[in-house]
Amino acid sequence: MATSLIDGNSVLAVDVGAANTRAVLFDVVEGEYRFVASGSAPSTAQAPFKDVSEGVRNAIAHLQDILGRSLLDNSRDLILPSQADGSGVDGLAVTLSAGPTIKAALVGLLAEVSLESGRRLVESTYARIVETIGLNDRRKTEQQIDALLRAQPDLIVITGGTDGGAARSIQKLLEPIGLASFIMPAEKMPAILFAGNAKLAEEVKSLLGGFASLLHISPNVRPSLETEDIEPASRELARMVVEVRKRQMQGVDTLQAWSGGHTFPTAYAAGRMVRFLSKVYSADKGILSVDLGTSAAIIAAGFKHTSTLNVYPQFGLGENLPALLNYASLEEILRWSPLDISEGALRDYLYQKSLYPASIAATQEDLALSQAVARQALYLAMQFAQRDFPRQARRIKPSLLPLFEPILAGGGALSDASRPGHGLLLLLDALQPAGVTTVILDQNNLLPLLGAAAEQNNILPIQVLESGAFLSAGTVIAPVVSASFGVPILRAVLTYENGTEARADLKYGTIETLPLSSGETGRLKLQLLHGADVGFGAGRFPKGGIQVTGGALGLVFDGRGRPLELPSDPVRRRELIKKWLWTLGGG
Amino acid sequence: MQAPVHHIVGYASIVRQRLLPIPGAVLARLNQKVNPNDVIAEASRGREHLLLNVAQALGVSPAAADRLIKCKAGDRLAANAEIAVGSGLFARRVLAPREGRVVLTGEGQVLMSVGETKIELRAGLSGTVIELIPNRGAVIQAVGALAQGVWGNGRIDTGAMVNLMEQPDSVLDAGRLDVSMRGMVILGGIVKDAETLKAAAEVAVRGLILSSLYPSLLPLAREMRYPIVLTEGFGPMPMNSAAYKLLSTNAKREVTVNAENRDRYSGSCPEVIIPLPVSAERQPPALRDVETFAPGIQVRMRRPPSAGMIGSITALKPGLTAFPSGLRAPAAEVKLENGETVIAPLINLEVIG
Repeated sequence: MATSLIDGNSVLAVDVGAANTRAVLFDVVEGEYRFVASGSAPSTAQAPFKDVSEGVRNAIAHLQDILGRSLLDNSRDLILPSQADGSGVDGLAVTLSAGPTIKAALVGLLAEVSLESGRRLVESTYARIVETIGLNDRRKTEQQIDALLRAQPDLIVITGGTDGGAARSIQKLLEPIGLASFIMPAEKMPAILFAGNAKLAEEVKSLLGGFASLLHISPNVRPSLETEDIEPASRELARMVVEVRKRQMQGVDTLQAWSGGHTFPTAYAAGRMVRFLSKVYSADKGILSVDLGTSAAIIAAGFKHTSTLNVYPQFGLGENLPALLNYASLEEILRWSPLDISEGALRDYLYQKSLYPASIAATQEDLALSQAVARQALYLAMQFAQRDFPRQARRIKPSLLPLFEPILAGGGALSDASRPGHGLLLLLDALQPAGVTTVILDQNNLLPLLGAAAEQNNILPIQVLESGAFLSAGTVIAPVVSASFGVPILRAVLTYENGTEARADLKYGTIETLPLSSGETGRLKLQLLHGADVGFGAGRFPKGGIQVTGGALGLVFDGRGRPLELPSDPVRRRELIKKWLWTLGGG
Repeated sequence: MQAPVHHIVGYASIVRQRLLPIPGAVLARLNQKVNPNDVIAEASRGREHLLLNVAQALGVSPAAADRLIKCKAGDRLAANAEIAVGSGLFARRVLAPREGRVVLTGEGQVLMSVGETKIELRAGLSGTVIELIPNRGAVIQAVGALAQGVWGNGRIDTGAMVNLMEQPDSVLDAGRLDVSMRGMVILGGIVKDAETLKAAAEVAVRGLILSSLYPSLLPLAREMRYPIVLTEGFGPMPMNSAAYKLLSTNAKREVTVNAENRDRYSGSCPEVIIPLPVSAERQPPALRDVETFAPGIQVRMRRPPSAGMIGSITALKPGLTAFPSGLRAPAAEVKLENGETVIAPLINLEVIG
């Protein structure tokens, strides 16, 4: 029996989403932390409840029913710490994505320098930039004041100036912010984050301190012209977002108190976990996490020396759904549907679903619509997020996604994929990974919770990750090749641990699978035809093969090419999508 | 499981908070009887601001300019009113470029709010003021019928209701609107074209109560000066039977169409209120915002199949139920008004009451 290196503190992690609230218990089982069980309930941030803690209590109550162990006392307060009778838990970590999209104003100097860093900073949380003021802004101060008053930002992020550099330009930009904030009613005063020239911090405090609902100073996002360092400011912004949510929603303060301040925006917690994983596990490939939920699409990527976190409320599948049409046509969305659905029906769906974000697809047609929309939203989010990936990240072609190992996927849209095959095909279509990668479905959406729990217990995330709490969908082999439909592009031989072999021939435009169960490994040898490249060079593959791990769908060979081009003929396209779904067991 | 309630009720005590978007003056008095169009609070807001750099204009330091500035925050200035005068024989003067209000002075500058417009907060319903909210508004209690909608264009008005719906899936077109409907609230059905919305504006209706609207018409609907409330949503959706019955049987009555934007967090939502006298036999029941799903409860289907239909829960299914989509969720058996029985995810249902 393994010796426990830990003191056995149980940790309850709660995620308050826009639609659902989940309570997850991590506890020590046979000397190591494990994901024990999860309870859920509808979120209660919105009317008529208007108190997020109610949904949290309901989710914990559901969890205690599953566990047969009391976690709430008679007043429905969390029992902290755990008691001799086994009731309660020793710690609570909270992640939060519920709440309206935060309206942010961005203030900085140069468009391609501090404003760009500011944009990346704002995109690391559930915010939308509603106003930008920069050095090249030709508007008069009073026009900038009026623009801020019209935009009514919840948050103003000020960047600009290198540490120790010139200060006057930034000082000038503080004037409209201070005056606009002064004019705003007290309850609408914005929170302000200053992440610019450190020399100005005191001046910012004295000028804006009285006119902000909250003023935080973080290290400069651009300490020098050549250096960008978003992370410290992103951490500060995460703290501020929780404070903003406290003002917007009742019950957040209760969760803050219960968790001893360990409450984080969900995206931040997920990003933190990916950053951690990329430091611990990343070799020459990156680590990618995608989360598609009601409130936003979140893309977190970790590379050897850097990480990115992008949150796109405009691609969330909730009340922002109609805004998807600002980025994609109805035709572009419908190309993903296996069913013949009219553009009018899709438009009606987008608007109607935005009225009831928490509702789910009960019919096949509704599911086809929701999955087509999810594909397009995730595809767009990925296209946007790629702008921030490092140029030196390994790719098979410059225009393609960098090589990732693994890809972790979570969020409501993937939970809505009723079978792993549905979820995997959604990811392959939207992300279009190239080369060899493992795809892991985070069906319990544990990743952000582990990121939040890591604040209290840094052993817990590692042990839970290695315990098999995530569902491996399988290993995907997606060659990059130029060929005609139906032309053989790859021959695969998989040797199982017991020495038996399985073979697959992959033709361009098709998907093939080889069985390899979760937890099993095998040795894969490939013969690549027509210069197909899976990350080892055109037509090249290690002679002795590579070790691959199994999953719910085994090995999945995606021979549809990169970038994926769907047939323009709708009938043929729908037939192909059905066939691909059927191959992946999702038909 | 707790369930949100969508109110479609024939007789209830309706309590609504009415607030200014910015602080202002509350005009209503406690226990005052108000009509929908009564102004209960008002505020003024400058459309734009002017920042006058007095120090620069006078060629003096900001501190010196501050001593020369004659106005203070809150002062109302006429156009060309003197703000500051320099010293010397040919002293320069700084005048107010436009009529406005001084917001702030200091650092040798004057910030003015100009082009001020008055914001009037109307009662929005006939009732009694039961609470005053200092500087912001009041809480009003009314008695009547209430039909909530799912979308509104942000306007509010009152008028006698004319029913142009023969059945729940009636389509309203421009040809059905004429000058005899001027000043009336129209109970329409589905609107499919822009001409209908424009014709309603030309006729000068006081409001449209529709079952649904084609999404492509939303930008135009938002521009209309009269209120538009949708009871179902977007696309060709018939009005749910409960709303249709309630509204059509109250035709010719005075109704308030409050098409306020839906805000999930505050709970505000578009609604139609029909004031009714208090019955001597029956005190109006208070509205319940949360119910618990249980057999016998009347519900509305929010998503396909049978979206918009009303039914009654006949049984709650144990555990999780698998649906044709493949998803599994807590569910209920619902007997629809057409006699059909369906299984629906609880999350796709809302209680009607």
